[in-house]
Amino acid sequence: MQDQPIEPHTLSLLVENEPGVLARVIGLFSGRGYNIESLTVAEINPEEHISRITVVTSGTPMIIEQIKAQLDRLVPVHSVNDLTAEGPFVARELAMVKVVGKGEPRVEALRIADVFRARPVDSTSESFVFEITGSGEKVDAFIDLMRPLGMTDVARTGSLAIARGR
Amino acid sequence: MTEERMSGAALIIRALQDQGVDTIFGYPGGAVLPIYDEIFKQNQLRHILARQEGGAVHAAEGYARSTGKVGVVLVTSGPGATNAVTGLTDALMDSIPIICFTGQVPTHLIGNDAFQEADTTGITRPCTKHNYLIKSPDDVARVVHEAFMVATSGRPGPVVIDVPKDVQFAEGVYQPPSTVRHRSYNPQTEPSSGKIDEALDMLAAAKKPVFYVGGGVINAGPEASETLVKLVHTTGYPCTQTLMGLGAFPGSDPLSVGMLGMHGMYEANLAMHQSDLIVCVGARFDDRVTGRIDAFAPNAKKIHIDIDPSSINKNVHVDLPIIGDCGVVLTQLLDGWNAKGLKADGAAISAWWEQINGWRERKCLSYVQGKDIIKPQYALERLQAHMDKDPREGYITTEVGQHQMWAAQYLKFEKPNHWMTSGGLGTMGYGLPAAIGVQIAHPDALVVDVSGEASFLMNMQEMSSAAQYKTPIKVFILNNEWMGMVRQWQELLHGGRYAESYTESLPDFVKLAECFGWTGLRATTPDELDDVIAKMIATDGPVIADICIAKDENCFPMIPSGAAHCDMLLGPNDQANSSVSSGGMTLV
Repeated sequence: MQDQPIEPHTLSLLVENEPGVLARVIGLFSGRGYNIESLTVAEINPEEHISRITVVTSGTPMIIEQIKAQLDRLVPVHSVNDLTAEGPFVARELAMVKVVGKGEPRVEALRIADVFRARPVDSTSESFVFEITGSGEKVDAFIDLMRPLGMTDVARTGSLAIARGR
Repeated sequence: MTEERMSGAALIIRALQDQGVDTIFGYPGGAVLPIYDEIFKQNQLRHILARQEGGAVHAAEGYARSTGKVGVVLVTSGPGATNAVTGLTDALMDSIPIICFTGQVPTHLIGNDAFQEADTTGITRPCTKHNYLIKSPDDVARVVHEAFMVATSGRPGPVVIDVPKDVQFAEGVYQPPSTVRHRSYNPQTEPSSGKIDEALDMLAAAKKPVFYVGGGVINAGPEASETLVKLVHTTGYPCTQTLMGLGAFPGSDPLSVGMLGMHGMYEANLAMHQSDLIVCVGARFDDRVTGRIDAFAPNAKKIHIDIDPSSINKNVHVDLPIIGDCGVVLTQLLDGWNAKGLKADGAAISAWWEQINGWRERKCLSYVQGKDIIKPQYALERLQAHMDKDPREGYITTEVGQHQMWAAQYLKFEKPNHWMTSGGLGTMGYGLPAAIGVQIAHPDALVVDVSGEASFLMNMQEMSSAAQYKTPIKVFILNNEWMGMVRQWQELLHGGRYAESYTESLPDFVKLAECFGWTGLRATTPDELDDVIAKMIATDGPVIADICIAKDENCFPMIPSGAAHCDMLLGPNDQANSSVSSGGMTLV
């Protein structure tokens, strides 16, 4: 049991959008010693006050099973889907990267952004804010390349995910 | 239909009345005065005043466990709410349905560090099944009805409703219970199809089976216990009970092998260890039950029947999980067994019983009672004998420690809902207020709190409540002047260095009883014991019986922490030869 492999899982929850619901979910992870690698929350159905929480966690299959069961018994949780277990899914992250500089580094930053299909969403004569979406690895790679070119700040979401097909 | 409008406080009382509540345990304070005012104005709901909020929750737990109904608590904001936290956690661990109303500072002051303000929903989030902060009087009735649904359905548990004082004053619309539907909460009670057939095949094929039953059977109601008895008798298989499951199956039944676990019966633990099929019904493979997990029942297939999916595969991997209400599943198993005309493997099962009876021969509960000093085991056997002779219905509550384990071992449990103990959380000070709650629910019963002198001191302010309501509870203190279980572990694990486990300056319990208007009795020698017990039971009001017992008696049998079921210590002689592994040292 102890020698089971630890694997990452992406869980997708539908919850009542009510005060304290996020604290319940996070508190469950910290209180029971589970990992949160990333967490993204937003209301997706304002009429019915339903939010989606996408959480990337890791653990042995037995722990993942526990996490799902524990989440599912929280009163405001409608459903828990384990995207990793249930089949192919698409996952994306969004980052905004601020790069400050002039001359050749500035041009190089713009060139790399183009390769990564990152868009400048703010520009001044001395700075850019690039918006990039993609897998976590792609966002990591972009940030690594921007760092020596005058990167001063990053804002980044956790993983968002949805099952492929119907 | 005309709308019924009333104040938030009146809405609470009205909703409680519609839920059939007749008793509230509580303690007033500034932030709940409007609710207390509404209680004052009516006669349907009886309020029982505790002497500290923790006592109110334990009393409600005793009430709930002994009736199967919801225990209702009302406390004020801030310290009222934080004092209730231990009781709420206790109810969560032992799956007891509790609704606890907490007052809160007015909405506009929340977050301002107002007088007696605490973040009650934040503090109680991890120690309740669910909690609410009501922001509008129009939500009051719906939330109360919803809270009853959440507290009682699925795996029961405590629910907190935090009510700001301005919401208690403001007017809102009443909604009857029938209007409540919950969108996201809908626990499964019926097992999935196919599981029952699979379980029946496993049951019929078993050669060394054992039923391992817990508090879930008791929570499923008395019918579930009756069905369990029928199923066990139909198969002829042995049945062991957890601490919380005592009474779910009659202890005197020849098919009962008694309690299992750390201080369980030798035959129960050995049967678990050697079994080829464990049928777990409403129990959760707790660490007190399994001992060393990688050596737990190595050859057994496991069926786990539980209403809570998160109990499945938590500690122990099971072969066949069945999610559902224990009563429903047991009925389907029994009906299926009969409909299919299944038969147990007669030869194998009689060989299995022969083996179990061999373990029984070891008489793991034997002890030696000398002439001079009262042994706790003897005191409890005498208590049981006297209770058996009394025509009243007997209920037992306990505190936590050695006396609790001895009570579990030496008393007899024949029916569900008659044994109230803090199993999961292990809360010292539980038994006295719980006994008051039991006695409030069953005024004519004989309610005994088997206590230790250290636990008793933790909530002894509740003696005043017992005096006020004339609850004739009997507190049976097994007084060894030590925090006995702490002392036992220090002897076993810490080289006999008894750090802080001796209680200096104990009160004179007889005088203590008298100053609260109770009766105080004391027994110091075995020949005084029967008289004291008889007098305790015959006395009308509340009684403390201070039973001065052997000071250094340890609780056996015992599976030392980190050891397996087959490595039990049966008595002082085994203890001398045992050594606890370094892994076991770090366990609790």
